[in-house]
Amino acid sequence: MIGPCVAGSPLFGLLITEPVSVAHYLVVGAIMFTAGVACMATKRNALGVLMGIELVLNGANVNFVAFASPYLAGDGARSLGLDGQAIAVFVIVLAAAEAAVALAITLNFYNNHATVDVDRADDLKG
Amino acid sequence: MMPALVAPAALLALASLPVAAINWHSFLFLLFAAIACGFAVAVVAATNVVRMALYLVLSLAATAGLFLLAGAEFVGAMQLMIYVGGTLVLLVFGVMLTAQAPFVAIASSNGDRVLAGVVGLALLAVLLLAGLSVPAWRAPASGSLAEPAATPLGMAFVGVRVDEPVAGEPRAAVRPGYLLPFEIVSVHLLVVLVGAAYLARAKRRKTQRAIDIVASVEPPASVAEHAAIGRGPAGAGSVLAGGSVLTGGSR
Repeated sequence: MIGPCVAGSPLFGLLITEPVSVAHYLVVGAIMFTAGVACMATKRNALGVLMGIELVLNGANVNFVAFASPYLAGDGARSLGLDGQAIAVFVIVLAAAEAAVALAITLNFYNNHATVDVDRADDLKG
Repeated sequence: MMPALVAPAALLALASLPVAAINWHSFLFLLFAAIACGFAVAVVAATNVVRMALYLVLSLAATAGLFLLAGAEFVGAMQLMIYVGGTLVLLVFGVMLTAQAPFVAIASSNGDRVLAGVVGLALLAVLLLAGLSVPAWRAPASGSLAEPAATPLGMAFVGVRVDEPVAGEPRAAVRPGYLLPFEIVSVHLLVVLVGAAYLARAKRRKTQRAIDIVASVEPPASVAEHAAIGRGPAGAGSVLAGGSVLTGGSR
């Protein structure tokens, strides 16, 4: 029942006839960031935690690209210019490096402990 | 179920609008944003790790579409090639290498889920309030897409700025590029990949604890069945002995 209400509301008509703004991108980035944080907090599979990290980085990237966009800059708003896009590329490359190392650690943990459950990684518990 | 309800209703609402009134940039933005956000939430909701990987691929690919719509062609292409084509394939390989039956779907407790939902919604509310509170950010897009950003970005990475300075920035004779961060990141990537290859190299030795865990957690189903069937006076010993030999051989 929620679906028709959302799609038939005047808000949807406004969204689809008006040009997008930076705030539209900020909403998308906020949802992806929150989903990533919740994913990192709730998943017990180490690979699920990794996926949450990817979502968080991507949500931040959406914001950087939105602030850097020459098209989205409204009246009176300062654009980040090329800096935002450069930061976004750096984030993507560093996320690849982070995923490689985290995956290597996960595989090592799996080899040594025969599990990927992060709750079982308690060898250092005092 | 939600997308199945939304999609026809959205099409109906589209049909009732005059075609000329539709801003197709906004339409594509809504499409990609819905895919990106919907599958990001699906990653959290899913318990099967293989499905989580699939949803993540779709979410990040839709994000590349958002980048392209914002005028960042190079970043969108990098997102598709490095993230979707590289990082996520790596992640899927990790899933396949560790996807033993007990670990494919490890569920967290309901208390954790509720707590994470409350904290997540609070965080979302704070972020939305902060993002929507600045009037300049809510102003509809009025700029125009200038020349493609790939060439200025590439030149800036080698230290030469060919793009126009943004409004309000003092016009200087020499503007810094990103050569030093670029070099730092490239060396960082090299070191990290060597380290990852070293960490993940094949090792023969397993610790005694791992062997004990495997033996105690998941006895092969066939062994348990045989043990249950062969509880009788004759043959029980031999079947169990055979089972233990099989276990030792397969591990």
